[in-house]
Amino acid sequence: MGHDYEKSKKKATQIILILAAITIAEVLFALAGKGHIVEGWHVPVALMAGVMIIMSLVKAYLIVYEFMHMKYEMPSFVKSVLVPTLLLTWAIFAFFKEGDYWKMRRGLIDDKNNDREQVDKTNKQEGALFIIKEENQH
Amino acid sequence: MTHHHTAEDEQLWEGGKSPFKISYGKIMMWYFLLSDAFTFAGFLIAYGTLRVSMPTWPVPDFVFSTFPGGFHEKPLYFVTLMTFILLFSSFTMVRAVQEGHRENKNGVVFWMVLTILGGIGFLASQAWEWTTLIGAEHVSVTTNPFSAHTEHGVYLEGDGKGINEGDVFQPGDSYLIHKHDGEWHNLKYKVTEGENAGMIKQQSFGPKAFGALFFFITGFHGFHVLSGVIFLIIIAVNAATGLYVERRNGYEMVEKIGLYWHFVDLVWVFVFLVFYLI
Repeated sequence: MGHDYEKSKKKATQIILILAAITIAEVLFALAGKGHIVEGWHVPVALMAGVMIIMSLVKAYLIVYEFMHMKYEMPSFVKSVLVPTLLLTWAIFAFFKEGDYWKMRRGLIDDKNNDREQVDKTNKQEGALFIIKEENQH
Repeated sequence: MTHHHTAEDEQLWEGGKSPFKISYGKIMMWYFLLSDAFTFAGFLIAYGTLRVSMPTWPVPDFVFSTFPGGFHEKPLYFVTLMTFILLFSSFTMVRAVQEGHRENKNGVVFWMVLTILGGIGFLASQAWEWTTLIGAEHVSVTTNPFSAHTEHGVYLEGDGKGINEGDVFQPGDSYLIHKHDGEWHNLKYKVTEGENAGMIKQQSFGPKAFGALFFFITGFHGFHVLSGVIFLIIIAVNAATGLYVERRNGYEMVEKIGLYWHFVDLVWVFVFLVFYLI
């Protein structure tokens, strides 16, 4: 029992240090990638997001499996809790795709509004010319 | 961990004991946390969807760059501190549970008190962050003065707070519209490149959804921290008065609030990711 206690104490210290190290790495990477550390050096957004999502998932794994003790529960119980969360992967893809589509529509609406302004302007000018022509005929 | 199918397995589901070899209370805490995870996921997915649907979005390392004591241009320093406070309180919670396993009452209470202090520290930090955003920068659920440029241009006037007349900017450069005496001062600028070159424009407000999403999501998380602190206090008091020694159930309440507390930290990992890092 005493031995187990010392072992789990050491483990907890280990895990918190890893979590802290990943967090620092995340922040440094976020700042470096956006040009805060080396002037003018940027990392593409998709790459930054990807790396940081992976680091966050590692943190989530450590919190759930070690701190919340999931590693030591029965496999059937672990599945009953974690498998349903897989549904979220589909939700994430579906909604982000939809968001992307909204962005396209917003762009399209902006373009059409601009076009209409242009058309209105030219119509007005043509209309004015037309009136002048009519006046000349009389 | 290999698991052989034995007669004992068959009997697991015969009743009389937990087939998952885990107490009812802990199972229910886990399933509550699962449902809570879906709630948070719904919020965060809504945030992501709206964010990708906008041509611009406030840049986190510009928005969250103040630090108590009047410091500016300290990108992400304060939220990193907040993250560390919460992370450390998760560690002290683990220690409290471990002391519970060896029936060490004083150890449980000591580490729980540290966890409570961590929780209060986090809430205080969040209160400061919100106060700065609402009071000094005038962000609200319907107004968002933080945005970023989408064109090249040059400012035609200054705000006396870092932007001067004649300053040049590029697409992606952030700005904050200031409010003085109840009036917004959207600075005028001239577009210098692209199809709108030569046009005079004014700084426009950022995506409206930003304020609402930020306050609702971090507020919902903060509410979880607050409830956690309240339950931690109740359970620490119960532990200190010897209630759990009397019950002889090995400080199970401490384990249950521990699960909840780690979950709050887990959610923060993702809030931190989507609001501050990306």
